[in-house]
Amino acid sequence: MLELKNISFSVTTEEERKEKGILKNINLTVDQDSFVVITGPNGGGKSTLAKIIMGIEKPTEGKILFHGKDITNLDINERAQLGIGFAFQQPVRFKGLTVKDLLYLATRKEMNTEELCTYLSEVGLCAADYIDREINASLSGGELKRIEIAMLRARGVELSLFDEPEAGIDLWSFQNLIRVFEQIRDEKHGAVVIISHQERILEIADQIVIISDGEIAESGTKEEILPKLLSNSSACKFFRAEGINDEKLSERGTAC
Amino acid sequence: MKSLVNEERPAKSPSIVKKILHTIADISDTPKGAYNIRVDGKSIGRQSSRNIEIRPKEKGMGIEIYVKPGTKGEFVHIPVVVDESGFADIVYNDFFIGEDADVDIVAGCGIHNDGTHLSQHDGIHTFYVGKGAKVRYVEKHYGEGNGSGERVLNPVTVVHLDEDSYLEMETVQIEGVDSTKRVTKGDLKDRAQLVIREKIMTSGKQHATTEFEVNLNGVDCSANLISRSVAKGDSFQAFYSKIDGNNACAGHSECDAIIMDQACVKAVPEITANHVDASLIHEAAIGKIAGEQITKLMTLGLSQKDAEAEIVRGFLK
Repeated sequence: MLELKNISFSVTTEEERKEKGILKNINLTVDQDSFVVITGPNGGGKSTLAKIIMGIEKPTEGKILFHGKDITNLDINERAQLGIGFAFQQPVRFKGLTVKDLLYLATRKEMNTEELCTYLSEVGLCAADYIDREINASLSGGELKRIEIAMLRARGVELSLFDEPEAGIDLWSFQNLIRVFEQIRDEKHGAVVIISHQERILEIADQIVIISDGEIAESGTKEEILPKLLSNSSACKFFRAEGINDEKLSERGTAC
Repeated sequence: MKSLVNEERPAKSPSIVKKILHTIADISDTPKGAYNIRVDGKSIGRQSSRNIEIRPKEKGMGIEIYVKPGTKGEFVHIPVVVDESGFADIVYNDFFIGEDADVDIVAGCGIHNDGTHLSQHDGIHTFYVGKGAKVRYVEKHYGEGNGSGERVLNPVTVVHLDEDSYLEMETVQIEGVDSTKRVTKGDLKDRAQLVIREKIMTSGKQHATTEFEVNLNGVDCSANLISRSVAKGDSFQAFYSKIDGNNACAGHSECDAIIMDQACVKAVPEITANHVDASLIHEAAIGKIAGEQITKLMTLGLSQKDAEAEIVRGFLK
Protein backbone atom coordinates (compact mmCIF):
# COMPACT_ATOMS: atom_id res chain seq x y z
CA MET A 1 0.00 0.00 0.00
CA LEU A 2 2.68 2.49 1.06
CA GLU A 3 6.27 2.29 -0.08
CA LEU A 4 9.04 4.61 1.01
CA LYS A 5 12.02 4.30 -1.29
CA ASN A 6 15.40 5.73 -0.31
CA ILE A 7 13.85 8.60 1.63
CA SER A 8 16.31 11.15 2.95
CA PHE A 9 15.60 14.48 4.57
CA SER A 10 18.08 17.08 5.61
CA VAL A 11 18.00 20.64 6.87
CA THR A 12 20.55 23.40 6.84
CA THR A 13 21.30 24.59 10.34
CA GLU A 14 21.48 28.35 10.69
CA GLU A 15 24.20 28.34 13.32
CA GLU A 16 26.62 26.03 11.62
CA ARG A 17 25.44 26.72 8.08
CA LYS A 18 25.84 23.14 7.15
CA GLU A 19 23.50 20.39 6.13
CA LYS A 20 22.21 18.06 8.81
CA GLY A 21 20.69 14.71 7.88
CA ILE A 22 17.44 14.01 9.74
CA LEU A 23 16.49 10.90 7.76
CA LYS A 24 18.95 8.79 5.80
CA ASN A 25 17.94 6.42 3.05
CA ILE A 26 14.76 5.07 4.62
CA ASN A 27 13.15 2.10 2.86
CA LEU A 28 9.87 0.92 4.31
CA THR A 29 6.77 -0.89 3.09
CA VAL A 30 3.43 -0.72 4.88
CA ASP A 31 1.02 -3.44 3.77
CA GLN A 32 -2.73 -3.11 3.37
CA ASP A 33 -4.55 -3.38 6.74
CA SER A 34 -1.30 -3.72 8.64
CA PHE A 35 -0.61 -2.15 12.02
CA VAL A 36 2.87 -0.66 12.14
CA VAL A 37 4.45 0.98 15.17
CA ILE A 38 7.49 3.16 14.66
CA THR A 39 9.55 3.63 17.78
CA GLY A 40 12.99 4.71 18.87
CA PRO A 41 14.75 7.46 20.78
CA ASN A 42 13.54 11.03 20.57
CA GLY A 43 15.22 13.11 17.92
CA GLY A 44 15.70 10.00 15.78
CA GLY A 45 13.44 11.23 12.97
CA LYS A 46 10.17 9.36 13.64
CA SER A 47 7.85 12.37 13.56
CA THR A 48 9.66 13.76 10.53
CA LEU A 49 9.02 10.51 8.71
CA ALA A 50 5.30 10.66 9.53
CA LYS A 51 5.20 14.26 8.27
CA ILE A 52 6.94 13.23 5.08
CA ILE A 53 4.30 10.57 4.46
CA MET A 54 1.55 13.16 4.98
CA GLY A 55 3.31 15.73 2.81
CA ILE A 56 3.90 18.25 5.60
CA GLU A 57 7.61 17.92 4.88
CA LYS A 58 9.05 17.07 1.48
CA PRO A 59 11.96 14.60 1.29
CA THR A 60 15.23 15.86 -0.12
CA GLU A 61 15.69 12.50 -1.81
CA GLY A 62 13.63 9.40 -2.50
CA LYS A 63 10.14 8.45 -3.56
CA ILE A 64 6.85 7.77 -1.82
CA LEU A 65 4.41 5.39 -3.51
CA PHE A 66 0.81 4.98 -2.39
CA HIS A 67 -1.00 2.10 -4.06
CA GLY A 68 1.82 2.17 -6.61
CA LYS A 69 1.29 5.85 -7.45
CA ASP A 70 4.14 8.27 -6.93
CA ILE A 71 2.84 10.85 -4.44
CA THR A 72 6.21 12.41 -3.60
CA ASN A 73 5.28 15.75 -5.13
CA LEU A 74 1.64 15.80 -4.09
CA ASP A 75 0.51 18.42 -1.61
CA ILE A 76 -0.92 17.64 1.84
CA ASN A 77 -4.56 17.98 0.79
CA GLU A 78 -4.04 15.87 -2.32
CA ARG A 79 -2.66 13.06 -0.17
CA ALA A 80 -5.55 13.53 2.25
CA GLN A 81 -7.99 13.16 -0.62
CA LEU A 82 -6.26 9.92 -1.65
CA GLY A 83 -6.94 8.51 1.81
CA ILE A 84 -4.07 9.47 4.10
CA GLY A 85 -4.83 10.98 7.50
CA PHE A 86 -2.68 12.41 10.28
CA ALA A 87 -3.21 12.95 14.00
CA PHE A 88 -0.78 15.54 15.31
CA GLN A 89 1.34 15.03 18.39
CA GLN A 90 0.45 18.54 19.46
CA PRO A 91 -3.02 19.34 18.12
CA VAL A 92 -3.72 22.79 16.76
CA ARG A 93 -6.13 25.22 18.39
CA PHE A 94 -8.67 27.26 16.41
CA LYS A 95 -10.56 30.27 17.72
CA GLY A 96 -14.17 30.03 16.64
CA LEU A 97 -14.18 26.54 15.14
CA THR A 98 -16.00 24.00 17.29
CA VAL A 99 -15.50 20.27 17.73
CA LYS A 100 -18.56 19.75 15.54
CA ASP A 101 -17.14 22.06 12.84
CA LEU A 102 -13.88 20.15 12.70
CA LEU A 103 -15.60 16.77 12.64
CA TYR A 104 -17.72 18.07 9.77
CA LEU A 105 -14.63 19.23 7.88
CA ALA A 106 -13.02 15.86 8.55
CA THR A 107 -15.96 13.79 7.33
CA ARG A 108 -17.90 16.20 5.10
CA LYS A 109 -21.14 14.92 6.51
CA GLU A 110 -23.55 16.46 8.98
CA MET A 111 -23.66 14.19 12.01
CA ASN A 112 -26.23 14.25 14.78
CA THR A 113 -25.22 14.05 18.43
CA GLU A 114 -25.62 10.27 18.44
CA GLU A 115 -23.22 9.82 15.51
CA LEU A 116 -20.75 12.28 16.99
CA CYS A 117 -21.00 10.36 20.24
CA THR A 118 -19.80 7.23 18.44
CA TYR A 119 -16.44 8.84 17.77
CA LEU A 120 -16.06 11.01 20.86
CA SER A 121 -17.04 8.35 23.40
CA GLU A 122 -14.31 6.10 22.01
CA VAL A 123 -11.80 8.59 23.29
CA GLY A 124 -13.61 9.15 26.57
CA LEU A 125 -15.47 12.36 25.73
CA CYS A 126 -19.21 12.94 26.02
CA ALA A 127 -20.47 14.38 22.73
CA ALA A 128 -23.18 16.47 24.40
CA ASP A 129 -20.52 18.27 26.45
CA TYR A 130 -18.08 18.82 23.63
CA ILE A 131 -19.66 19.26 20.21
CA ASP A 132 -20.22 22.98 20.62
CA ARG A 133 -16.94 23.67 22.42
CA GLU A 134 -14.46 25.80 20.53
CA ILE A 135 -11.09 24.22 19.77
CA ASN A 136 -9.39 26.96 21.74
CA ALA A 137 -7.38 27.48 24.89
CA SER A 138 -10.35 26.46 27.04
CA LEU A 139 -9.65 22.82 26.16
CA SER A 140 -6.85 21.03 27.96
CA GLY A 141 -4.02 19.38 26.08
CA GLY A 142 -5.47 15.96 26.85
CA GLU A 143 -8.93 16.92 25.57
CA LEU A 144 -7.44 18.31 22.38
CA LYS A 145 -5.48 15.12 21.89
CA ARG A 146 -8.54 12.96 22.25
CA ILE A 147 -10.49 15.13 19.81
CA GLU A 148 -7.60 14.87 17.36
CA ILE A 149 -7.71 11.08 17.54
CA ALA A 150 -11.51 11.03 17.20
CA MET A 151 -11.24 13.22 14.12
CA LEU A 152 -8.90 10.85 12.36
CA ARG A 153 -11.08 7.88 13.33
CA ALA A 154 -14.12 9.66 11.91
CA ARG A 155 -12.40 10.18 8.58
CA GLY A 156 -12.08 6.43 8.03
CA VAL A 157 -9.07 6.78 5.75
CA GLU A 158 -7.00 4.00 4.18
CA LEU A 159 -3.80 5.04 5.91
CA SER A 160 -3.92 6.59 9.39
CA LEU A 161 -0.81 8.19 10.86
CA PHE A 162 -0.78 8.82 14.61
CA ASP A 163 2.14 10.80 16.01
CA GLU A 164 2.57 9.80 19.67
CA PRO A 165 -1.13 9.46 20.46
CA GLU A 166 -0.34 8.64 24.08
CA ALA A 167 1.54 11.89 24.77
CA GLY A 168 -0.50 14.20 26.98
CA ILE A 169 -3.27 11.69 27.64
CA ASP A 170 -4.11 10.69 31.21
CA LEU A 171 -3.84 7.11 32.32
CA TRP A 172 -7.61 6.42 32.27
CA SER A 173 -7.85 7.63 28.69
CA PHE A 174 -4.71 5.72 27.83
CA GLN A 175 -6.44 2.43 28.69
CA ASN A 176 -9.34 3.43 26.44
CA LEU A 177 -6.91 4.50 23.77
CA ILE A 178 -5.34 1.08 23.73
CA ARG A 179 -8.79 -0.44 23.28
CA VAL A 180 -9.43 1.95 20.37
CA PHE A 181 -6.21 0.87 18.70
CA GLU A 182 -6.98 -2.80 19.32
CA GLN A 183 -10.33 -2.24 17.67
CA ILE A 184 -8.73 -0.46 14.72
CA ARG A 185 -6.29 -3.32 14.29
CA ASP A 186 -9.07 -5.92 14.43
CA GLU A 187 -11.33 -4.01 12.02
CA LYS A 188 -8.74 -4.26 9.24
CA HIS A 189 -10.13 -1.16 7.54
CA GLY A 190 -6.92 0.30 6.26
CA ALA A 191 -3.37 0.49 7.48
CA VAL A 192 -2.23 2.27 10.63
CA VAL A 193 1.17 3.75 11.35
CA ILE A 194 1.72 4.89 14.93
CA ILE A 195 4.71 6.69 16.32
CA SER A 196 4.86 5.51 19.91
CA HIS A 197 7.09 4.73 22.86
CA GLN A 198 4.55 2.69 24.77
CA GLU A 199 4.87 -1.04 25.28
CA ARG A 200 1.08 -1.49 25.29
CA ILE A 201 0.94 -0.07 21.78
CA LEU A 202 3.99 -2.00 20.65
CA GLU A 203 2.27 -5.17 21.87
CA ILE A 204 -0.58 -4.84 19.38
CA ALA A 205 1.66 -4.11 16.40
CA ASP A 206 1.99 -6.38 13.38
CA GLN A 207 5.27 -4.75 12.53
CA ILE A 208 7.69 -2.73 14.63
CA VAL A 209 10.21 -0.35 13.09
CA ILE A 210 12.98 1.18 15.19
CA ILE A 211 14.31 4.46 13.90
CA SER A 212 17.45 5.81 15.47
CA ASP A 213 19.67 8.63 14.29
CA GLY A 214 17.65 8.99 11.09
CA GLU A 215 18.00 5.39 10.02
CA ILE A 216 15.98 2.21 10.34
CA ALA A 217 17.93 0.41 13.04
CA GLU A 218 15.70 -2.62 12.96
CA SER A 219 12.39 -3.73 11.49
CA GLY A 220 10.38 -6.90 11.89
CA THR A 221 7.36 -8.53 13.46
CA LYS A 222 6.38 -7.81 17.03
CA GLU A 223 7.60 -11.26 17.99
CA GLU A 224 11.02 -10.51 16.55
CA ILE A 225 11.51 -6.95 17.83
CA LEU A 226 9.64 -6.51 21.11
CA PRO A 227 11.60 -9.06 23.17
CA LYS A 228 14.82 -7.35 22.15
CA LEU A 229 13.49 -3.95 23.17
CA LEU A 230 12.25 -5.21 26.52
CA SER A 231 15.42 -7.12 27.28
CA ASN A 232 17.29 -3.86 27.21
CA SER A 233 16.94 -2.61 30.80
CA SER A 234 17.29 1.05 29.98
CA ALA A 235 14.76 0.77 27.18
CA CYS A 236 12.44 -1.03 29.52
CA LYS A 237 11.94 2.04 31.70
CA PHE A 238 10.80 4.03 28.81
CA PHE A 239 8.66 1.58 26.96
CA ARG A 240 6.71 0.23 29.91
CA ALA A 241 3.65 2.21 30.97
CA GLU A 242 2.70 0.42 34.18
CA GLY A 243 2.30 2.21 37.47
CA ILE A 244 2.72 5.71 36.22
CA ASN A 245 0.46 8.70 36.58
CA ASP A 246 -0.73 10.90 33.81
CA GLU A 247 2.01 13.50 34.05
CA LYS A 248 4.75 10.93 34.12
CA LEU A 249 3.13 9.12 31.25
CA SER A 250 3.19 12.26 29.23
CA GLU A 251 6.77 12.98 30.23
CA ARG A 252 7.94 9.51 29.35
CA GLY A 253 6.31 9.79 25.98
CA THR A 254 8.60 12.60 25.08
CA ALA A 255 11.51 12.53 27.48
CA CYS A 256 13.39 9.44 26.46
CA MET B 1 -48.20 38.54 4.76
CA LYS B 2 -47.62 41.89 3.15
CA SER B 3 -44.66 42.35 0.88
CA LEU B 4 -41.96 44.52 2.33
CA VAL B 5 -41.57 46.62 -0.75
CA ASN B 6 -45.15 46.90 -1.95
CA GLU B 7 -45.74 50.12 -0.08
CA GLU B 8 -46.97 53.56 -1.03
CA ARG B 9 -43.39 54.62 -1.69
CA PRO B 10 -41.82 51.71 -3.49
CA ALA B 11 -38.06 51.58 -3.62
CA LYS B 12 -36.30 51.95 -6.94
CA SER B 13 -35.08 48.38 -6.96
CA PRO B 14 -37.48 46.23 -4.94
CA SER B 15 -35.48 43.05 -5.40
CA ILE B 16 -32.27 44.72 -4.23
CA VAL B 17 -33.99 46.19 -1.21
CA LYS B 18 -35.49 42.81 -0.34
CA LYS B 19 -32.13 41.12 -0.63
CA ILE B 20 -30.39 43.70 1.52
CA LEU B 21 -33.13 43.58 4.16
CA HIS B 22 -32.69 39.85 4.32
CA THR B 23 -28.92 40.22 4.67
CA ILE B 24 -28.88 42.89 7.35
CA ALA B 25 -31.99 42.05 9.35
CA ASP B 26 -32.80 38.47 8.34
CA ILE B 27 -36.31 39.47 7.34
CA SER B 28 -38.05 38.49 4.11
CA ASP B 29 -41.61 39.51 4.92
CA THR B 30 -43.18 42.08 7.14
CA PRO B 31 -41.55 41.62 10.54
CA LYS B 32 -43.60 40.63 13.53
CA GLY B 33 -43.95 43.27 16.19
CA ALA B 34 -42.85 46.86 15.87
CA TYR B 35 -40.80 47.94 12.89
CA ASN B 36 -39.63 50.84 10.79
CA ILE B 37 -38.03 50.28 7.40
CA ARG B 38 -36.13 53.20 5.94
CA VAL B 39 -35.05 53.30 2.30
CA ASP B 40 -33.14 56.23 0.82
CA GLY B 41 -34.01 58.49 3.72
CA LYS B 42 -37.74 57.71 3.84
CA SER B 43 -39.81 55.27 5.82
CA ILE B 44 -41.45 52.72 3.53
CA GLY B 45 -43.14 50.87 6.34
CA ARG B 46 -43.76 51.47 10.00
CA GLN B 47 -45.76 49.71 12.68
CA SER B 48 -46.06 50.01 16.43
CA SER B 49 -47.22 47.22 18.68
CA ARG B 50 -49.30 47.27 21.84
CA ASN B 51 -46.22 47.66 24.01
CA ILE B 52 -43.78 49.31 21.64
CA GLU B 53 -44.53 52.62 20.04
CA ILE B 54 -42.52 54.08 17.17
CA ARG B 55 -42.91 57.81 16.63
CA PRO B 56 -41.32 59.75 13.76
CA LYS B 57 -39.17 62.73 14.51
CA GLU B 58 -39.68 65.96 12.65
CA LYS B 59 -38.46 66.28 9.06
CA GLY B 60 -37.79 62.56 8.78
CA MET B 61 -34.66 62.84 10.88
CA GLY B 62 -35.33 59.60 12.66
CA ILE B 63 -37.62 57.86 15.07
CA GLU B 64 -38.24 57.46 18.76
CA ILE B 65 -38.96 54.01 20.08
CA TYR B 66 -40.79 53.67 23.38
CA VAL B 67 -40.87 50.26 25.04
CA LYS B 68 -43.38 50.05 27.90
CA PRO B 69 -42.10 48.91 31.30
CA GLY B 70 -42.35 45.16 31.77
CA THR B 71 -42.58 44.34 28.05
CA LYS B 72 -41.21 40.83 27.55
CA GLY B 73 -40.01 38.91 24.54
CA GLU B 74 -40.89 41.44 21.84
CA PHE B 75 -38.86 42.44 18.79
CA VAL B 76 -38.18 45.78 17.12
CA HIS B 77 -36.81 45.84 13.57
CA ILE B 78 -35.42 49.13 12.23
CA PRO B 79 -33.32 48.33 9.14
CA VAL B 80 -32.04 50.97 6.75
CA VAL B 81 -31.27 50.61 3.04
CA VAL B 82 -29.49 53.11 0.82
CA ASP B 83 -30.04 52.25 -2.83
CA GLU B 84 -29.34 55.56 -4.51
CA SER B 85 -25.83 56.42 -5.57
CA GLY B 86 -24.74 59.76 -4.15
CA PHE B 87 -27.32 59.69 -1.35
CA ALA B 88 -26.11 60.73 2.10
CA ASP B 89 -28.46 59.76 4.88
CA ILE B 90 -28.23 60.74 8.51
CA VAL B 91 -30.71 59.49 11.06
CA TYR B 92 -31.16 59.93 14.80
CA ASN B 93 -33.00 57.10 16.51
CA ASP B 94 -33.69 57.20 20.24
CA PHE B 95 -34.72 54.18 22.27
CA PHE B 96 -36.50 54.50 25.59
CA ILE B 97 -36.60 51.11 27.26
CA GLY B 98 -38.99 50.92 30.21
CA GLU B 99 -38.09 49.35 33.53
CA ASP B 100 -37.84 45.56 33.60
CA ALA B 101 -38.53 45.25 29.89
CA ASP B 102 -36.79 42.47 27.98
CA VAL B 103 -36.61 43.05 24.22
CA ASP B 104 -34.63 42.32 21.07
CA ILE B 105 -33.78 45.14 18.68
CA VAL B 106 -32.57 44.37 15.18
CA ALA B 107 -31.05 47.30 13.31
CA GLY B 108 -28.51 47.34 10.51
CA CYS B 109 -27.80 49.16 7.30
CA GLY B 110 -27.08 48.05 3.78
CA ILE B 111 -25.86 50.20 0.91
CA HIS B 112 -26.23 49.27 -2.74
CA ASN B 113 -24.21 51.53 -4.95
CA ASP B 114 -23.97 50.91 -8.69
CA GLY B 115 -23.07 54.51 -9.44
CA THR B 116 -20.00 56.68 -9.27
CA HIS B 117 -20.99 58.85 -6.32
CA LEU B 118 -20.40 58.25 -2.64
CA SER B 119 -23.35 56.78 -0.73
CA GLN B 120 -23.38 57.20 3.01
CA HIS B 121 -25.49 56.39 6.04
CA ASP B 122 -24.77 57.73 9.51
CA GLY B 123 -27.05 56.20 12.10
CA ILE B 124 -26.91 57.76 15.54
CA HIS B 125 -28.66 55.52 18.03
CA THR B 126 -29.15 56.51 21.64
CA PHE B 127 -30.42 54.05 24.22
CA TYR B 128 -31.95 54.95 27.55
CA VAL B 129 -32.27 51.61 29.29
CA GLY B 130 -34.45 51.67 32.39
CA LYS B 131 -33.84 49.96 35.71
CA GLY B 132 -33.67 46.19 35.46
CA ALA B 133 -34.33 46.17 31.70
CA LYS B 134 -32.60 43.84 29.27
CA VAL B 135 -31.84 44.60 25.63
CA ARG B 136 -30.24 42.50 22.94
CA TYR B 137 -29.25 44.75 20.08
CA VAL B 138 -28.07 43.38 16.74
CA GLU B 139 -26.59 45.64 14.10
CA LYS B 140 -25.31 44.39 10.76
CA HIS B 141 -23.61 46.55 8.17
CA TYR B 142 -23.21 45.54 4.57
CA GLY B 143 -22.33 47.06 1.23
CA GLU B 144 -22.64 45.91 -2.38
CA GLY B 145 -22.83 47.18 -5.95
CA ASN B 146 -20.70 47.42 -9.03
CA GLY B 147 -20.20 51.17 -9.16
CA SER B 148 -17.01 53.00 -8.31
CA GLY B 149 -18.86 55.17 -5.78
CA GLU B 150 -17.79 54.58 -2.21
CA ARG B 151 -20.06 52.98 0.39
CA VAL B 152 -19.65 54.67 3.75
CA LEU B 153 -21.27 53.81 7.08
CA ASN B 154 -20.62 55.71 10.29
CA PRO B 155 -22.76 54.30 13.08
CA VAL B 156 -22.79 55.94 16.49
CA THR B 157 -24.30 54.12 19.43
CA VAL B 158 -24.72 55.78 22.80
CA VAL B 159 -25.92 53.67 25.69
CA HIS B 160 -27.14 54.96 29.05
CA LEU B 161 -27.67 52.05 31.38
CA ASP B 162 -29.68 52.56 34.55
CA GLU B 163 -29.32 50.43 37.67
CA ASP B 164 -29.42 46.65 37.20
CA SER B 165 -29.97 46.97 33.47
CA TYR B 166 -28.25 44.97 30.76
CA LEU B 167 -27.47 45.63 27.11
CA GLU B 168 -25.83 43.14 24.80
CA MET B 169 -24.80 44.49 21.43
CA GLU B 170 -23.73 42.39 18.50
CA THR B 171 -22.32 44.43 15.66
CA VAL B 172 -21.21 42.85 12.43
CA GLN B 173 -19.65 44.23 9.27
CA ILE B 174 -18.60 41.46 6.97
CA GLU B 175 -18.18 42.93 3.53
CA GLY B 176 -18.62 45.70 1.04
CA VAL B 177 -18.23 48.80 3.19
CA ASP B 178 -15.43 51.04 1.93
CA SER B 179 -15.13 53.24 4.95
CA THR B 180 -16.58 53.10 8.41
CA LYS B 181 -16.06 54.83 11.69
CA ARG B 182 -17.95 53.03 14.40
CA VAL B 183 -18.32 54.87 17.67
CA THR B 184 -19.89 53.30 20.73
CA LYS B 185 -20.18 55.10 24.04
CA GLY B 186 -21.65 53.91 27.27
CA ASP B 187 -22.22 54.98 30.84
CA LEU B 188 -23.31 52.56 33.47
CA LYS B 189 -25.00 52.93 36.84
CA ASP B 190 -24.97 50.47 39.75
CA ARG B 191 -24.86 46.81 38.75
CA ALA B 192 -25.52 47.57 35.09
CA GLN B 193 -23.86 45.35 32.49
CA LEU B 194 -22.74 46.12 28.97
CA VAL B 195 -21.56 43.43 26.56
CA ILE B 196 -20.41 44.32 23.04
CA ARG B 197 -19.31 41.80 20.45
CA GLU B 198 -17.95 43.24 17.24
CA LYS B 199 -17.00 41.35 14.11
CA ILE B 200 -15.42 43.09 11.15
CA MET B 201 -13.88 41.99 7.91
CA THR B 202 -12.25 44.41 5.51
CA SER B 203 -10.67 43.85 2.11
CA GLY B 204 -9.33 45.84 -0.85
CA LYS B 205 -8.62 49.39 0.24
CA GLN B 206 -11.33 49.56 2.86
CA HIS B 207 -10.91 51.44 6.13
CA ALA B 208 -12.60 50.57 9.42
CA THR B 209 -12.19 52.40 12.68
CA THR B 210 -13.78 51.32 15.94
CA GLU B 211 -13.97 53.52 19.00
CA PHE B 212 -15.30 52.27 22.29
CA GLU B 213 -15.63 54.63 25.22
CA VAL B 214 -17.18 53.32 28.39
CA ASN B 215 -17.59 54.96 31.77
CA LEU B 216 -18.13 52.50 34.56
CA ASN B 217 -19.74 54.81 37.10
CA GLY B 218 -21.88 52.53 39.25
CA VAL B 219 -21.03 50.08 42.01
CA ASP B 220 -20.47 46.55 40.66
CA CYS B 221 -21.22 47.51 37.07
CA SER B 222 -19.31 45.79 34.29
CA ALA B 223 -18.41 46.05 30.63
CA ASN B 224 -17.05 43.42 28.28
CA LEU B 225 -15.98 44.62 24.83
CA ILE B 226 -14.88 41.96 22.39
CA SER B 227 -13.72 42.67 18.87
CA ARG B 228 -12.74 40.03 16.34
CA SER B 229 -11.63 41.17 12.95
CA VAL B 230 -10.02 40.05 9.73
CA ALA B 231 -8.13 42.50 7.52
CA LYS B 232 -7.35 41.42 3.94
CA GLY B 233 -5.84 43.04 0.86
CA ASP B 234 -4.64 46.59 1.44
CA SER B 235 -7.27 47.37 4.03
CA PHE B 236 -6.75 49.23 7.28
CA GLN B 237 -8.38 48.75 10.65
CA ALA B 238 -7.98 50.68 13.86
CA PHE B 239 -9.37 49.68 17.23
CA TYR B 240 -9.52 52.23 20.04
CA SER B 241 -10.88 51.13 23.35
CA LYS B 242 -11.21 53.39 26.36
CA ILE B 243 -12.62 52.20 29.65
CA ASP B 244 -12.75 54.34 32.75
CA GLY B 245 -13.41 52.56 36.01
CA ASN B 246 -14.89 55.17 38.31
CA ASN B 247 -16.20 52.87 41.00
CA ALA B 248 -15.90 49.28 42.23
CA CYS B 249 -16.42 47.72 38.82
CA ALA B 250 -15.07 45.30 36.23
CA GLY B 251 -14.03 46.15 32.68
CA HIS B 252 -12.58 43.95 29.99
CA SER B 253 -11.77 44.69 26.39
CA GLU B 254 -10.31 42.34 23.84
CA CYS B 255 -9.13 42.94 20.30
CA ASP B 256 -8.30 39.85 18.33
CA ALA B 257 -7.35 40.35 14.70
CA ILE B 258 -6.19 38.21 11.81
CA ILE B 259 -4.08 40.11 9.33
CA MET B 260 -3.62 38.95 5.73
CA ASP B 261 -1.90 40.16 2.57
CA GLN B 262 -0.70 43.79 2.91
CA ALA B 263 -3.34 44.84 5.42
CA CYS B 264 -2.68 46.92 8.52
CA VAL B 265 -4.33 46.62 11.93
CA LYS B 266 -3.82 48.94 14.86
CA ALA B 267 -5.08 48.38 18.42
CA VAL B 268 -4.90 51.13 21.02
CA PRO B 269 -6.23 50.24 24.44
CA GLU B 270 -6.73 52.70 27.24
CA ILE B 271 -7.91 51.63 30.65
CA THR B 272 -8.06 54.04 33.56
CA ALA B 273 -8.82 53.03 37.11
CA ASN B 274 -10.13 55.95 39.13
CA HIS B 275 -11.17 53.74 42.00
CA VAL B 276 -9.15 51.28 44.04
CA ASP B 277 -11.70 48.51 43.46
CA ALA B 278 -11.89 48.95 39.71
CA SER B 279 -10.64 45.86 37.93
CA LEU B 280 -9.77 46.51 34.30
CA ILE B 281 -8.21 44.26 31.69
CA HIS B 282 -7.30 44.77 28.07
CA GLU B 283 -6.13 42.05 25.70
CA ALA B 284 -4.98 42.54 22.13
CA ALA B 285 -3.66 40.01 19.67
CA ILE B 286 -2.88 40.68 16.02
CA GLY B 287 -1.32 38.12 13.74
CA LYS B 288 -1.59 36.15 10.56
CA ILE B 289 -3.32 32.78 10.34
CA ALA B 290 -1.03 30.25 11.96
CA GLY B 291 0.61 28.01 9.38
CA GLU B 292 -0.12 24.96 11.52
CA GLN B 293 -3.85 25.73 11.39
CA ILE B 294 -3.75 25.70 7.58
CA THR B 295 -1.68 22.51 7.63
CA LYS B 296 -4.18 20.81 9.94
CA LEU B 297 -7.13 21.59 7.70
CA MET B 298 -5.15 20.53 4.64
CA THR B 299 -4.65 17.12 6.28
CA LEU B 300 -8.45 16.92 6.23
CA GLY B 301 -8.41 17.43 2.45
CA LEU B 302 -8.98 21.18 2.16
CA SER B 303 -6.92 23.28 -0.22
CA GLN B 304 -4.86 26.07 1.29
CA LYS B 305 -7.38 28.63 0.07
CA ASP B 306 -10.35 26.71 1.48
CA ALA B 307 -8.51 26.14 4.75
CA GLU B 308 -7.92 29.89 5.13
CA ALA B 309 -11.58 30.59 4.32
CA GLU B 310 -12.76 28.09 6.96
CA ILE B 311 -10.44 29.56 9.57
CA VAL B 312 -11.71 33.07 8.83
CA ARG B 313 -15.33 31.88 8.79
CA GLY B 314 -14.91 30.19 12.15
CA PHE B 315 -13.08 33.18 13.61
CA LEU B 316 -15.89 35.55 12.66
CA LYS B 317 -18.73 33.12 13.31
